[in-house]
This record gives sequence, structure tokens and C-alpha cells, in this order.
Amino acid sequence: MSLTNILILVGFSLAIFIFSKFDRTHKLRNPLLLVLSTGVIFWLQPALPIRGLDFWLPIATLALVALGWVLTSKPEERNPRASLITGALVIGAVLVIALTRYLDMTGIITPSRPPQTLSVIVVLTAVAMVLFLSYILLKGKSSLPYIVGVTILLVIFAALKLPVLAEWLSGLLRLWSGQSRELASALDLRWLGFSYIAFRLIHTLRDRQNGRLPAMALDEYFIYMLFFPAISAGPIDRSERFIKDLRQPFIPSAEVLGAASKRLVIGLLKKFVIADLLAMIALNAVNAGQIHSTGWAWVLVYAYAFQIFFDFSGYTDIAISMGLLIGIKLPENFNAPYSKPNLTQFWNNWHMTLTQWFRAYFFNPLTRALRSSKNPVPVWAVILITQLATMTLIGLWHGITINFVLWGLWHGLGVFIQNRWSDWTKLLSARIQQKPFLNKVVTIFTTLLTFQFVALGWVWFALPSTDLSLQVFGRLLGMGA
Amino acid sequence: MFTPRFLRNVLIKGFLLFAIFNLVWAAFNPSLGKLSSYNMLFVGRDRLPFGEDSARSYNLSLYDLDAMFSSLKLDGTPKLDSEYRVFVIGDSSTWGTLLKPEETLAGKLDNAGLKTASGKEVHVYNLGYPTLSLTKDVMILEYAMQYQPDLILWPVTLESFPRERQLLSPIVANNTQRVAKLIKAYDLDLTTPEDTTSFWDKTIIGQRRALADLLRLQFYGVMWSATGVDQTYPSDYERAARDLEADESFHDWVPPVIPEEGLAFDVIRAGIDIAGEVPLILINEPMLISTGENSDIRYNFYYPRWVYDQYRQALGENCAINAWVCLDLWDVVTEEHFTNSAIHLDPQGEEMFVEKIIESGIFQY
Repeated sequence: MSLTNILILVGFSLAIFIFSKFDRTHKLRNPLLLVLSTGVIFWLQPALPIRGLDFWLPIATLALVALGWVLTSKPEERNPRASLITGALVIGAVLVIALTRYLDMTGIITPSRPPQTLSVIVVLTAVAMVLFLSYILLKGKSSLPYIVGVTILLVIFAALKLPVLAEWLSGLLRLWSGQSRELASALDLRWLGFSYIAFRLIHTLRDRQNGRLPAMALDEYFIYMLFFPAISAGPIDRSERFIKDLRQPFIPSAEVLGAASKRLVIGLLKKFVIADLLAMIALNAVNAGQIHSTGWAWVLVYAYAFQIFFDFSGYTDIAISMGLLIGIKLPENFNAPYSKPNLTQFWNNWHMTLTQWFRAYFFNPLTRALRSSKNPVPVWAVILITQLATMTLIGLWHGITINFVLWGLWHGLGVFIQNRWSDWTKLLSARIQQKPFLNKVVTIFTTLLTFQFVALGWVWFALPSTDLSLQVFGRLLGMGA
Repeated sequence: MFTPRFLRNVLIKGFLLFAIFNLVWAAFNPSLGKLSSYNMLFVGRDRLPFGEDSARSYNLSLYDLDAMFSSLKLDGTPKLDSEYRVFVIGDSSTWGTLLKPEETLAGKLDNAGLKTASGKEVHVYNLGYPTLSLTKDVMILEYAMQYQPDLILWPVTLESFPRERQLLSPIVANNTQRVAKLIKAYDLDLTTPEDTTSFWDKTIIGQRRALADLLRLQFYGVMWSATGVDQTYPSDYERAARDLEADESFHDWVPPVIPEEGLAFDVIRAGIDIAGEVPLILINEPMLISTGENSDIRYNFYYPRWVYDQYRQALGENCAINAWVCLDLWDVVTEEHFTNSAIHLDPQGEEMFVEKIIESGIFQY
């Protein structure tokens, strides 16, 4: 997102803040948020070379969210009248956006001219029919909705993130829209916010299956999924927490405005001053092959480590500040991760909502399954398997490439080794902790060691190929011409 | 913690501080160009900062001569008694478009291990800048004289001579005060550019672009030090045209003769005056002599034959009349050694050029 995009979104948030001050009924914030969030997914969607796709992808987002609600809401909790109003608002917003094709507004709300209005109406009708059929077919089934929902999301995820599949799909879509297949590229399918929406959808599907999902009206579900401050870079809030805030009457105050402003300024400074300056000198696919000295190679790797932190945590600060202006307290995502003395603590403080998500929906169930299996698995093996699998999945979430897998394995092994080491040295650690000075020295050493490990791990993450990463590792170790 | 009164006070104080800081800045107008991370934290650059694709070339175009020169290795190299210091000024062919620093004319001369007759080591510095204007060259030379050269090489080409081109180079257009001083001091036949700098332009807001460029230049010092890259080297580029249009015009000039006072020899004279006691050698730089279509009408994309022949004649006459030291090396590089322009050489072409310069015996001073 550009600075202009962010400032406009901050403007929207501020408008809701001011509006809420005068909204004594406390009933108008949700419709406003619903329409704004719907509009924002069209507005922020990057322009794509495949004709019409940058309009259809936001439609697909809306369809997925609506399907998510159909699959997760219990019939007795649905309010048909309220749902109809919500549906009308969303469809109305989409149609208004589609109608901008007749005005000279290309590039203002949508990145390219919206498709024919008739096509939009046909697609919306088809989506409504699919939703209705899903409702009928999955009625009364407890596990099927979860399986169907997760399967759909995983298929889409693979199609978007696996370069071969993405290119094939791009070719297919190009053929469909009468464009040359030769120019097909994985970059043709950049889908705004899909990853984060997928996380939220899986969370609601799984919690519905477990019976932990709170009842959510359609408008609440839409707002939770598409909440515009967190649509592109998180954080991944939990539905029960989000809904609690959303249902509370929001009373704007100077305290809220001050806290939000402070957070916004910090976020803007992190993202647009520190991170963007560091980006000029951070390791990347182009400069990785150009570095000619070991010392400077380390500088570039460290610059990347801090750039990715300030960039991401800056975005989180901005999202949290916008959330505050709207009356939603989004969760923290970063808590000084580079100052943690071991890798487990690093992961407990880096992209916290993502790690919490994986812990809840993958790591813990897998650990439970392994521990309760008929053939007992040794504790160390359980830890190894669960850490490797979880971290590899987190790597794959960033993209289905060898380097992301290696990055995941790097951290999985790192966490496993650190876990075993901590276990073996438990007594020694206890003795060190009794000596404050020594404890401080050891903490400083382990913090530096952890940072060093994480920084080296970014070499896999930042570069597109294993060869290039190995070349950089060689350079870091003083090898290579 | 945050009361309405507190927020109001923060806003008012913030605004006041910002306004005061801007006003003080505008009143004192400090020049920060000389504050440089180069030659301290980072290795000095081999040539003046210039670049259009900053993210890939780790370089950028800015117009602050202080900042540009402070980023050069030259700025951090004290002159020793044993050094014979040579500056090469000129256009993009001197700067070295598509060439690594060591492949440029200055780079090759510097690496040639030359010594003067008196035994001094010849060190050659690249002060070329990629736009075509003699006035730009003279402005850079005037600034560079503080670095005590012993010899100045000035490769030129006809495209830098037309009077109407003199003030078009962005670096000239953005240094109006310097150029105005030059015009006045050397009585140049050029329209003195108006200094349109307002008080607003002197504030931090007004100078935000220049300040950001200055900061970016310092940051790119990391990448320059780490990679030694200061421009992009595309593997495929459009080669200079060999087949040419049957067009005899050159800018607004038409055959048979170059308009009187069309060539800015007074600017050359100013450069020689600025050099003063330091010998300056004017070199008519190599250019592509095409053998393709319509090559009987034009030498290359830039020049119809009639205009270039007359320019060479005028240059020769001026050199003879004014006792300027000139080398006419326009045809010493063969056609295949030009890259993306009729004046840009490949490394082999530069080698041919360098050989001819060394052969001329100019380092025997």
C-alpha cells in the first residue's frame, strides 16, 4: 500500500470516528463499515493484465466470505431480515462500483474499467445460487462444511502460490478472456488479502466444527473478514474478540484519538522512513549476486532483517491505529522479537497472530494426535515433527517455493534444537539465573545468537533461488570470488 | 493521558515548531552537500552520481555539486607531491554509459600505470557527466579546480556545441546562480538564466526533494561499497542506428553552412580560462562512422556529414588561432565498438581511444 492509500484509509477511519461521535443510536457504524470494507477490496486490488480479473477477484472474495457464513452460521442464529439487508448493502455497493464503468472513474475506485453491468449481475446471481445450493446441501452436516470450505481454500491457495499452477491458471484465464497465453505469469493472479481472509475463514470453519464459534450475523461476519485496516497485512484477529468490540457501543474520546494518532505516527515512521530507507540497502534478488565483500554482505543481510521488521510492524501499527479510530482493538503482532533470548520466544513475539493461528489450528492438534496415537511416539520426535511441520507450513504460506520450505525447515530445526538444548541445560540455567551478572551476560549472548540465526534465515526468505542463497551464505562465510 | 487540551497543545506546538524550523532554515539556507558519508563510512565513488533507475543502479541524479563531488573518491584523496593529477571532463562517453568505472577512458588511463617525464604517477579522475552541454562541462570544471589538477582532458563532440543546447542540461538548469556567474565572468554569449528561487523554495518543504536526494545518495553508499555497481548494465539494449534517415538537418540548422555563432566556442574559451595555468587538452571524441543506409548523407544518428565536417574545420581553426591544444580523434574507433549511442564506446573501443591519447604524448609534461 502506498502512503496515499494509507492516508485515505486513515481518513475513512477518522470519518467513522467523527461519525460515531454523533451516532447516538450506535447502529450506523456497522453498515458504514460494511460498505466501506466492501469498497476497499475493489479499491486496493492491484491492477491485473487479465481483462476484468481485478474486478472479479474482489467479487470472489465476497463470494468466499458469504459462503463462509453459510457454512459456519447455525440456522437458528440467522436473522433473515438482517441478512437480507446486509446482502442488499453488499450487492448494492458492488453494483454501484460496477456502474462506475459508465463514468470516467477508471483508476479511482477500481484499477481498471469494470466489466459489463449485465455480466456483473449474471455473476452475482450465479454466486447467490451457489450459496443457496450450499446451504441446502450442507444443511445439518457438522464436518462436511469444514471439509468443503478448507478444501476450496487450499485449492485456491495452491493455485495462487504454486508458480506452475498459477501460470497455468493465468494461461487459462487469458484464453478465456481472449488474450495471448504466451504472456501468462504467476504475477497475473495477485489477489488482495486472500491469504489473510483464508486464515480467518479457516478459523471460523474450524471453530464452527468445534462448536466454539460465536454466533455472528452476516454483517458482522463480513466486517470481521473484510475489516479494511487489516485486509492487506493483518493482524489476524480472532472472531470472538473482534465481535465483542464490534458489538460494544463505540464512544469516541480524546484518549482514543490520542492513542490512535501516536500509533499511526509510529507506524508511518517505521514503514515509510525506516523500512523504506533500509529497503535501499537490504538484501534482494538483484544485489545478492553483486556483493563483492564479506563485511558488506553481512550489512545487507542485517539491513533486510530490520527492514522486514520495520515494514511489517509499521503496517501493524497503522492497522491498529485505524482500528482504534473505528472502535476495534486489533491484536498486537510484534513485541520486540529481535530482543528475545531464544528462538521459541522470538516466534512468540514475531507475527504473533499468525503463529497463534498455526498453534491453534495445526501445531496443537498435531501434537495431540501424535501423543495420543496407538503407537507411542517419543517426546523428542513429537517435538521435531510438530516444529518442522508447523514451520514448513508457515514457510509455504508465503509461497510454494523451495526457498520458503528451506526457511521453514531452518526455523523448525532451530526451534527443535533450542528446545532440546533448554531441556538438557535446565539445571545449569537455573544455577545461572541465581547469578544476576552472569545471567545478564548469558541473556545478551543468547539474544545476539538468536538474532543472528533469524537474520541468516532471512537469506532463504529474501531470495528466489537456493543457488543464490547458497552463494550469499558462501559470501557471508568469506567464500566466493 | 490524552485529553482534548493535550491534543490541541500538541497540534499547536507541533505546527509552531515546524514553522519556526522552516523559517530558520530558509533564513540561513545551510548547504548540507559537503556532509558526506563517502570517504568516511563508504568508499568514494569513481564518477559523479547520475542514474535513472536508482533501485538497480544504486545511483541517482541530483544537482548539488557539493554533494556530488563530496561523494567522489577524489574528495577523499589528498594530493601527494608524487601525484600527477588528471581530470577528464565531458559527456556520457566520458562518464561511461554501459561501462564499468575501470572500463571508462579515465579508468583505463588511471590503470595504465603512466608516469610523467618527471617521474610523477599519473592518477586520472572521471569527472564526466551524462548530458551534452559545454556549459555543463565548464561548470563542473570550475568546481573541480579546487582539487588541484595538473592536466585536464576535455573530450567534446559537436552535439555539445550548439548555443541553444547550453542551458538545457538539467544540472545546468538547476544551478542557475553558478551558470549566471559563469556567463557574467566570462562574457558568454548565453542568456543569463533568471534565478527564480523564492523564499518558499528555501524552506525545508521547498527543499524536500533535494534533501531526500542527498539522504538517498548517502544510503546508496552502502550499495556502492558492497557491489561497485553505479549503473545498470542491461544484457540487451538497442544498438546505435547504423541505417540512417536521408535527412540533412541538424537541430534547426540546414545546409550548406552552420549559422554564424552557432557553435559556442566562447564556452570552450571560458573553460580554458578557468583552467588557467593548468594545461587543458581538447579532444574531439570518437564517434560512430556508419557504413549503413544513407551513410553518404549522415555519419550517424546525430550528425549529417556537412555539419560535422564544418564543425571539425571550425574546431581545428579555433585551436590553431587560439593556440589551444587539441586532439582530433573523431575516427579512431571502428564502427563495431559503439554501443547504444554514436558516442558511447565499448571497452575495446575505449582501449583504442586510450592508445591514441597515450600515443599523442600528452603525459610528457
